[in-house]
Amino acid sequence: MLESPTFALSLLIFFPALSTILIALMPKNQEDAVRWFTLAVTFIVMAGSIFMCLQGGHPLQFDIGESGMQMMVSKSWIPSFDITYLLGLDGISFPLVVLTTIVSFFATIASWSIKKHVKGYCILFLLLLTGMLGCFMALDFFLFYVFWEVMLLPMYFLIGVWGGPRKEYAAIKFFLYTLAGSVLMLIAILMLYFNSDLTKLSPAQLASTGVAQSIAQADEAPEAAAGRLLQEIAAGDHSKHTFNILALSAMGQSTDLFDGEYLFGWSLQRWAFILLFIGFVIKVPSVPVHTWLPDAHVEAPTPISMILAGVLLKLGGYGIIRICYPICPQAGYDLAWIICLIGVVSMVYGALAALAQKDFKRMVAYSSVSHMGYVVLGLGVWTVARGVPADSASMMAALPDWSSYWNMGVKGAMFQMIGHGVSSAGMFFMVGVVYDRVHHRNLEEFGGLYGKMPVYTALAMGIFFAGLGLPGLCGFIGEVLVVLSVWNFSGVLAIISAFVVILTAAYILWAIQRVYLGAEYKGPHEEELTPINFRECCVAIPLLILAIWFGVYPKTVFKYMDETVDAQVQTLADWTPSYVEKKAALAAEKEAAAAAATAATPMKPTTPTASTTTLPFEPQREFGEGRSLSDGEDLFSKTPQNDSVTQLQTASN
Amino acid sequence: MELNQILAEAINNTKASLWPAFAPELILCVTIFLLLIVRLFNFASRMNVFWIALAGSLVALFYAAPWEHLAPGGELPRYELFTGMLVYDSFTVFIRAILILFAVLFTIFTRLSGIPDKYDSADFYCMVLGAIIGMCLMASANHLLVVFMAVEMASVPSYALVAMQKGRRQSSEAALKYSIYGAGAAGVMLYGISLLSGMLHTAHLPTIAVQLAEMLPAMGGSEKMVLALAGLMIAVGLAFKLSAVPFHFWCPDVFEGASAEINAFLSVASKAGALALLVRICLGIGLIPSTPAGPPPAADEAVAMATLNAELGIGTAAFAVSDSLDDANEPSKSIDVAAAPQVLLAKGDTSTAAVSVGGDNLAPVRTFIAYLVAFIAVITSTFGNLAAYGQTNIKRLLAYSTVAHAGYMMLPVPVAMMLAKSHPEIAEKAIASLALYMAFYLFMNLSAFAIVAFLRNMLNSEEIADYAGLVKRTPGIVVCFAIVLFSLVGIPPLAGFIGKFAIFASLAEGYQASGFNWILMLLVFGGLNTVLSLFYYLRVVKVMAIDPEPDRASSTNWSMVSMGGAFIALVTFPLILFFIKWDLLNEWTITAARNLL
Repeated sequence: MLESPTFALSLLIFFPALSTILIALMPKNQEDAVRWFTLAVTFIVMAGSIFMCLQGGHPLQFDIGESGMQMMVSKSWIPSFDITYLLGLDGISFPLVVLTTIVSFFATIASWSIKKHVKGYCILFLLLLTGMLGCFMALDFFLFYVFWEVMLLPMYFLIGVWGGPRKEYAAIKFFLYTLAGSVLMLIAILMLYFNSDLTKLSPAQLASTGVAQSIAQADEAPEAAAGRLLQEIAAGDHSKHTFNILALSAMGQSTDLFDGEYLFGWSLQRWAFILLFIGFVIKVPSVPVHTWLPDAHVEAPTPISMILAGVLLKLGGYGIIRICYPICPQAGYDLAWIICLIGVVSMVYGALAALAQKDFKRMVAYSSVSHMGYVVLGLGVWTVARGVPADSASMMAALPDWSSYWNMGVKGAMFQMIGHGVSSAGMFFMVGVVYDRVHHRNLEEFGGLYGKMPVYTALAMGIFFAGLGLPGLCGFIGEVLVVLSVWNFSGVLAIISAFVVILTAAYILWAIQRVYLGAEYKGPHEEELTPINFRECCVAIPLLILAIWFGVYPKTVFKYMDETVDAQVQTLADWTPSYVEKKAALAAEKEAAAAAATAATPMKPTTPTASTTTLPFEPQREFGEGRSLSDGEDLFSKTPQNDSVTQLQTASN
Repeated sequence: MELNQILAEAINNTKASLWPAFAPELILCVTIFLLLIVRLFNFASRMNVFWIALAGSLVALFYAAPWEHLAPGGELPRYELFTGMLVYDSFTVFIRAILILFAVLFTIFTRLSGIPDKYDSADFYCMVLGAIIGMCLMASANHLLVVFMAVEMASVPSYALVAMQKGRRQSSEAALKYSIYGAGAAGVMLYGISLLSGMLHTAHLPTIAVQLAEMLPAMGGSEKMVLALAGLMIAVGLAFKLSAVPFHFWCPDVFEGASAEINAFLSVASKAGALALLVRICLGIGLIPSTPAGPPPAADEAVAMATLNAELGIGTAAFAVSDSLDDANEPSKSIDVAAAPQVLLAKGDTSTAAVSVGGDNLAPVRTFIAYLVAFIAVITSTFGNLAAYGQTNIKRLLAYSTVAHAGYMMLPVPVAMMLAKSHPEIAEKAIASLALYMAFYLFMNLSAFAIVAFLRNMLNSEEIADYAGLVKRTPGIVVCFAIVLFSLVGIPPLAGFIGKFAIFASLAEGYQASGFNWILMLLVFGGLNTVLSLFYYLRVVKVMAIDPEPDRASSTNWSMVSMGGAFIALVTFPLILFFIKWDLLNEWTITAARNLL
């Protein structure tokens, strides 16, 4: 039983939540016992996830050679609503799970500075950990939504009770923004659910997406169960709808279920993409929905800021890469420009805002906005990386295959999430260390810390340089990959995003100058400036080591994500030409119809209704035919167009 | 037919068909009788009548037996009782189970919070159980007269209950407001009922649908106008019971004046009954049942019963409008036949003919009702949420929250109306989502008001400001209250989210199937309201958990380890437990909504 993924993954998620029961039973005055217990729990969770990183061939260890889902758990949960308890790990979620456990462990060490209501704090902290881990592992949309919301409540209290002077405002702002985004997400989930149709998927797809496993009997092959499932659906014993994210992705890519016009002339895909994207981008956060972040960070206690910047923001990026693009690829293709623009604007705006801050922590918070812009940009460069958005398939085929650039962009974004998780957690911790001593964060009133706290200053500089993106540290890799991938799409955006690096250097170096360098300390409580203690070193040193390690040897991270990202990008890249062709055909058809209409109107001025009624049907029919071509496509098979593309590419090489 | 024979048949019929369908109500009647007897002989001084009320409602719950009738496969056929006055189907079973479960929990709750003192308890429980019977009748009403009587039966005890705290001016004021408002609304509703039944020559709901389908195409504009007016007037009465905007004004005042216990009663039981009645009336008027109400279990007996009733002159024909009885010409004959539907339907052949005649003539009626309910629902939930912002008294705040939730729960009704004909399975799911929400709503609001009541006993205050820093003194109660409030917002992993999810899902599915943009608007409004409602619920949590304790805080402490605490836990933990496994309940509600159309 111990080796079954069902047990292992569930335990990883729910162990922190279950241990809160024990904490609740502990006496109130035993604060240290509660802290040590919490530390032990987070350590066990971290140890578990690190064990999964090892490559020993154990069934519970992550296999880096496998591109699909691993350790999939699929159990029927609410059959009357087709909700399954579906968990799994792949190269996209696994590195983030490990990041979550590591950051949580160090945040727990940092939590020793919390003196108020320690018991309640630890309980909420562990519940938050459960929510985060569950969110990264859930593959059922309902389950994902539940975990997504589960994080809200503990976070609200953690900011609201243990926060700074304006904690209530910050907490409710955080809650409200996220709830608004998740309500939009809920609407999109329901739209997708009611448009899904399992019968359009092949048995192989049903098996690989885990739909079949939830009804499979013991020792039944997934393919056989898939066949049985299709029969049951045909007989009306089983609903054809599903919340399975993987199945919805397969539907988005290989069927036309989500392509139909939905509202105001936009397809369902586009609506769903926009609603989901808003929900995720609030979490990322990107301009213009980022305003909750500086407030939340400034008011939150140090360990919570670490979690918030280190993990919670990554959920937004994770949602975009796991849900938005695979389920709604057409909308992603069409809106790529807007997404890239949002990313670039966030980068520039965040950097400029950081430059203007007087509050140390607020500056770091805006740097997060700026850095997470790279993530959005890296994910967005996708199709645009195939040169100009092509108008026709022939044009597309004539262009070289740039999908490797998109691949680079996605990997850069993924790496940026990990790197930023380490560096921003470190930066917030470093701000917290000095705040704990002098109880202010005004950048103008620091200076000369190098002399009073040399070890701390050295560590802090290292971590801030990692945030700056200095080569050899973890911030560099992600940024450079993203900027390189953008180059191909739009020189202007690439130049702007490269320029942001200078802004980043400016605000970080300026902050270092004002806080650490200089002759003397200018603020209050000078006598409190004691050297960094052992506990704080236990957080800072490992984080700095990670930052250097990931910067010098990024393969540590890349090897876990390579296979999955390659496969997902390849799948979507293969899918793109067929969509471009369809779009071109549709546009040509529309043009022809419009031309026919204008030609027909002067001849038959008396019957305008006839021409207008026939018009909508013509493209519609073509549309349907174009779609039906793709019905037979397998998700993983290459389309003819792509073959020609690769031939061209090899020829050009 | 001799009298003996008639009596014997009547008894047999009662045993065969009435008892299984009507037992819970009868048991509650007996309980009330016992309560009164006990008071008469002054047993009350020797024993607490609470036990009688509790035992009575428990037995009634046992006979309501939702686990038996709602289990998959244990479907009930739909049939009519009392010659078409009431209808008995799985929806009745579900709502009745909710009401009686509430009665059980409520009895325990009032005992623990001590609101009816020893000498009042007999009266108190009599009125509570009497109102519960009225609400059960609302849930199974199949005739406009029963509609009216049931509404009054539920309302009149409520007026008295509100005034129960003798000597408290606020209570008396609240009761006066409530009863005057209620009397007005009831009068308007009665007028609407008389208009409707006057025009359609019947008050029996399925027959109304048949009549409407026949008469509507031939109606002129003014007649349609009167029909619409009658519909609006009935809607006034329903809106009053639902506390829907713009007939919600009594709600905050009454809630503030009455004790928290009565608030729980009004916000849960009264609302459940009113919503069930809304479903009954809307579906009853707008739709000719596709599954004709079959006879009670034994067919020949039912026919006998119908003829028997006809002979005794207490059949439905007696309620047929008088002018049609006076007229001896041809239409009145047909009306008489239609007015005794049980006889008709028992024969089983004319009903199908009626359905085919009905066709889609009723579509405009359904559209009218759907638009009306949708409009009121959106206004109600939005207004309720906005008005709750400014409240400083927890009971007023929860009163507005009740108003808003009534709006949410009305949302699936228009979907069910619009899709009843084209996609009956989606319409059934919509009603099922309402029933699901109602089940969770019972726990949420009962728990919320129980907490308010226990906090009142502890703090002698119902002002939100006085809850400041409560988390230090009674963390258990604050955790429970936070769970309840977040559940009311609809945040997973709490049961309130399931209800909201189910309702939103039914709206999305309705939009998907019909393509009506206004259904999508309902969905958007529902989502928007969820965000709106966050503020004021969160404010209460904030005051309790984040705000510092006032200096003059009394030292009274209240431990969760007590009977009251156990009760709060009992009604709060289901909100979490249901989330882990709500499949069974969901299937119950789907069964409950089946055969409704």
